[in-house]
Amino acid sequence: MISASRLTPALELKRRYLRQERLPMIFCPGCGIGVALKYVLWALEESGLEEDKVVWVSGIGCSSRVPGYVNFDSLHTTHGRALAFATGIKLANPELKVIAFMGDGDAIAIGGNHLIHAARRNLDVTTIIVNNFNYGMTGGQIAPSTPHLYKGSSAPYGNYERPFDISALVASAGANYVARWTILEHVHAVRSIKKALLKQGFALVELLVPCPTYFGRRNGMRRPIELLRWLRENTVHVSRAQKMSQEELKGKIVIGEIVDRNEPGLVQMYMEYVKRAKLAMKSA
Amino acid sequence: MPEKLPFPCGVYDFIHGDEAIARAAIMAGCRFFAGYPITPASEILEVMSLLMPLVDGVIIQMEDELASLAAAIGASWAGVKSMTATSSPGFTLMLENLGYAIMTETPVVVVNVQRSGPSTGQPTMPSQGDILQAIWGVHGDHSLIVLSPSTVEEAFNMTIRAFNLAERYRVPVVLLTDGEIGHLREKVYIPFPEEVVIESRKTPKSNELKAPFKDWHGDGIPPMPVFGRGYRVHVTGLTHDEKGYPETTNPLVHERLVKRLVEKIERNVREIFTYKQILADDAKVLMVAHGITARVSIEALEHLRKKGIRAGLLKLDVLWPLDFALLEQVVNSVERIVVPEMNLGQLYHLIKEIASPSVEVVLVSRLGGEIPTPTDIVEAVLK
Repeated sequence: MISASRLTPALELKRRYLRQERLPMIFCPGCGIGVALKYVLWALEESGLEEDKVVWVSGIGCSSRVPGYVNFDSLHTTHGRALAFATGIKLANPELKVIAFMGDGDAIAIGGNHLIHAARRNLDVTTIIVNNFNYGMTGGQIAPSTPHLYKGSSAPYGNYERPFDISALVASAGANYVARWTILEHVHAVRSIKKALLKQGFALVELLVPCPTYFGRRNGMRRPIELLRWLRENTVHVSRAQKMSQEELKGKIVIGEIVDRNEPGLVQMYMEYVKRAKLAMKSA
Repeated sequence: MPEKLPFPCGVYDFIHGDEAIARAAIMAGCRFFAGYPITPASEILEVMSLLMPLVDGVIIQMEDELASLAAAIGASWAGVKSMTATSSPGFTLMLENLGYAIMTETPVVVVNVQRSGPSTGQPTMPSQGDILQAIWGVHGDHSLIVLSPSTVEEAFNMTIRAFNLAERYRVPVVLLTDGEIGHLREKVYIPFPEEVVIESRKTPKSNELKAPFKDWHGDGIPPMPVFGRGYRVHVTGLTHDEKGYPETTNPLVHERLVKRLVEKIERNVREIFTYKQILADDAKVLMVAHGITARVSIEALEHLRKKGIRAGLLKLDVLWPLDFALLEQVVNSVERIVVPEMNLGQLYHLIKEIASPSVEVVLVSRLGGEIPTPTDIVEAVLK
């Protein structure tokens, strides 16, 4: 069982898993992406997976820069397409453990179609979506994750659209495992990521993180601590949410394990297709 | 010993262009295919769905063309030869990741069975409207390889060549055919695997890993690491240094990278660019054609020679890179050039650019899925 006291100190983690010559990272002070990365590295260490067989894939955006810092095989691809590239890597060599590390805009706007289809196929990829509620890399525009009425550089009078519930979307599209945590629940997050790493089929962990530079500043939460407080106040654990009314849940984000099932993954289903093909040829 | 392929080898078979491409890909060692249905290229996806599982390869129908090429590139980095196939509207969508494949030096084969455009155009009608898109559609300075078959047998042989060139130069190769060749059935010799030369990419030696994108051998082509074998390579579509790390503000790094990517193709133009000259030695009028229009030109040529006209044909097998030095010499050795095309003049412009003012360049253009007839071409030559 993962406990806070047992985890490797962050400095040691940095020495072991990051490309030292690439440091420091590009992330702003108070940004949650580095913390999210730390959770994934902790989970990876706990999982006991062979490092040479792990491949990181990403698209474009702040979070997508992460694979450039980790000392693993890594593919930094085009905007939104990480999971499409991951599909090719995983099916071409099922021995590999593929981690897709994405941001919210990358994963659910431009990459939304690839995300739901990866979940529908139950593609054997561990997906981390770091949700900071806006596009950070390009200057704080609203994303499909920005809550209604919150401001962004492309919605200075407050977002007039409704956001996606990323985890619910992926769960209903058919993923084997979906969990969502804020960056504050570190032990839960690391446990979920470890579970996701060892799972067959599509496994998503969505991490809610602060972006003080843009999302925070534009919405009256300039200091990181204010954003962390906002995350705490606006999230409800799934066990509590079940007892709450629709009215009480309005504007709240449900955290916890959303789905945990063991349907066959895409690799296994493809192997069965190959078997059927060979059988059909034999009897023909 | 080569494994048994799921189709007869060493025989003549009567198949269409799309099927020839699918079989040739498997013979070339392609073991990953991703595609999305589109007329008139769907048959490649369908034949692959039948054959690929029988050779323990992977076939997947993706959610769109963006994803199809993305998956093929991913498979290539996992060490498997890969291909996707589409038609013009889908090829437009693939341009994004075609640029990514160029920038990351990923061997991959992209088949474009052209149909009429722009937009949805005429789904079942052939066209040659994507020549310039295939060469220049990717944003930014770049180079790649574009091949164009005229017969079903050429479609077979050029598919194998496309894989070999992709592997040798670490570049995406576009097999630019059209709905006419794709759906045309004719006799094709399917060779035994032993008769076919298959090339595979070089992988780095351990000392070369400290800079996986460095021009170690002076040929502009770094050996390619494979994911999962301990290389720990970082691959990005951002401008990157020799280590593969993003370096996006240093103009020198960008210039050096882009020039290497272009030069590794263009300095080998003599090796890549192939063509056929038919009765061109004494010709005063030269037809310059490729693909389906080259076939028509051969028939036109027979008529013209019977009439005693000194006509010849330059048939281009490769549309990029073009050997401009050679073309200039050939083009300027005649009085008149006739370029038959199923577009408003794309190859025409490339030829006109190198023709001296004394050489007249005439376009024979047909749109709407119509192929220029031998009579059209003969008339243009005689005019």
